[in-house]
Amino acid sequence: MDIVIVGAGECGARAAFALRERGFAGKVTLIGAEPHPPYERPPLSKDGLAGAEPPKYVAAVERYAEAGISVLTDASVASIDRERKAVVLAGGGAIRYDRLLLATGARPRSFPGVSDDARRIRMLRTHADAAAIRSALLPGSKLVIIGGGFIGLELAATARKLGAEVVLIEGLARVLSRGVPEEIAAVVADRHRREGVEILCGVRISEIHEDEGGAAVLLADGGRIAADLVVVGIGAVPNTELAAAAGLALDNGIAVDETLRTSDPDIFAAGDCCSFPLSHYGGRRVRLEAWRNAQDQGTLAAANLLGAAEPITAVPWFWSDQYELTLQIAGIADGAETTVRRELGEDAFILFHLDGNGRLIAASGVGPGNAVARDIRLAEMLIAAGARPDPAALASPDTKLKKLLAA
Amino acid sequence: MSSNWVEVCAAEEIDEEDVIRFDHDGRTFAVYRSPEDEYFATDGLCTHEQIHLADGLVMDDIIECPKHNGRFNYKTGQAKGAPVCVNLRTYPVKVEDGSVFIAIS
Repeated sequence: MDIVIVGAGECGARAAFALRERGFAGKVTLIGAEPHPPYERPPLSKDGLAGAEPPKYVAAVERYAEAGISVLTDASVASIDRERKAVVLAGGGAIRYDRLLLATGARPRSFPGVSDDARRIRMLRTHADAAAIRSALLPGSKLVIIGGGFIGLELAATARKLGAEVVLIEGLARVLSRGVPEEIAAVVADRHRREGVEILCGVRISEIHEDEGGAAVLLADGGRIAADLVVVGIGAVPNTELAAAAGLALDNGIAVDETLRTSDPDIFAAGDCCSFPLSHYGGRRVRLEAWRNAQDQGTLAAANLLGAAEPITAVPWFWSDQYELTLQIAGIADGAETTVRRELGEDAFILFHLDGNGRLIAASGVGPGNAVARDIRLAEMLIAAGARPDPAALASPDTKLKKLLAA
Repeated sequence: MSSNWVEVCAAEEIDEEDVIRFDHDGRTFAVYRSPEDEYFATDGLCTHEQIHLADGLVMDDIIECPKHNGRFNYKTGQAKGAPVCVNLRTYPVKVEDGSVFIAIS
């Protein structure tokens, strides 16, 4: 049997190794569009922006050869021929598959009217993007970030460390409005302001353009903000073009079932590019853009490419690092009726979100270093177990969450 | 070969199925008490991104890194899969007169 994986990011690489870990002895081909072997993207907006060369590889380069995984870099897939069961490369070559995994990821959403060729208006997804942004962030230079999500805020923190002045513009009323509770977003925004980042919320932008030596952001109220560099971080869109052209079902991404199978039984999809039913949340369909999800689904896809038919059971999990703060979130808080706060010493706390039946559906924490990590991990296990913990116990730092798990 | 026993703490200062950080002579270690009430020691930092493992969660014989969930068997030091692929170094441990000692070679 031949297995082809399109997309050589965290998810595709993890799937390739997981196939071997499960004893698969057939051919494995991993196809990536970038010039590098698979690398970790999370560092690109954090310490990795500040000059990591080469990027932090998912696995040492020699491990692919040792595992018998053939990696094609700088290779663009033109189409999927489902009749012949082959992936057609740009330039004409074709690679036959018995089972295909699409791990094509997502790409940054571009700002309307901004050319992809703009040198002073950038987006951040790849190592090349990070290198280009890094080279423009000289001490005293002015960076304007569009978008107060994880990418924009992490980049703001890194740029301050490098000595750049930073203005961050968010269209909504606060930063991190997607998936992060207001109390935690406020801690993060305060931390940035203490560091000298100017955060403008509820501001509408009418245009961004390059000009002599820099770029300018024109605001709907007539204001103008000049910058040496503008970075746009306003979300990501899934790479579904190959799947769409091949006639696979789409639904906010490549639609897969609970085993990551697409509408073609021989084709699976995993990671940022796919939407899937989330069993812990009544089967609601979600698409996650997260490193852990990419790993988990890569591993699960490998099992299911080999016929295991195992369902997705992972609880969504995200993290972000900004300055000395780490934020971690397990689960999805939408639909929470009760929120309980647990103090974890100096400047660290966790919010537990419970639904109307008292079931724990999410936990969001922020604090210096790894102060919240252990309890968030335990919360994730409580969520997976469908637990209905006593809110008073969750709020009391003297109650060990491990005890609640055993109960 | 001589070993160098260093006192870590009183045995009861580590909870069952838990871990503490121990810094000595410019190095950092993680010292564990298993659910079976046995003591173990490893290097203190995860082999993936140099994070203190003592902030992580101990479950049975596994320590999980608090940052990216890399897992190791703390009894053997064995890395249990992505994102960690380099094993942890382990150190001999003894309990004497209610105190935990580790041998730092």
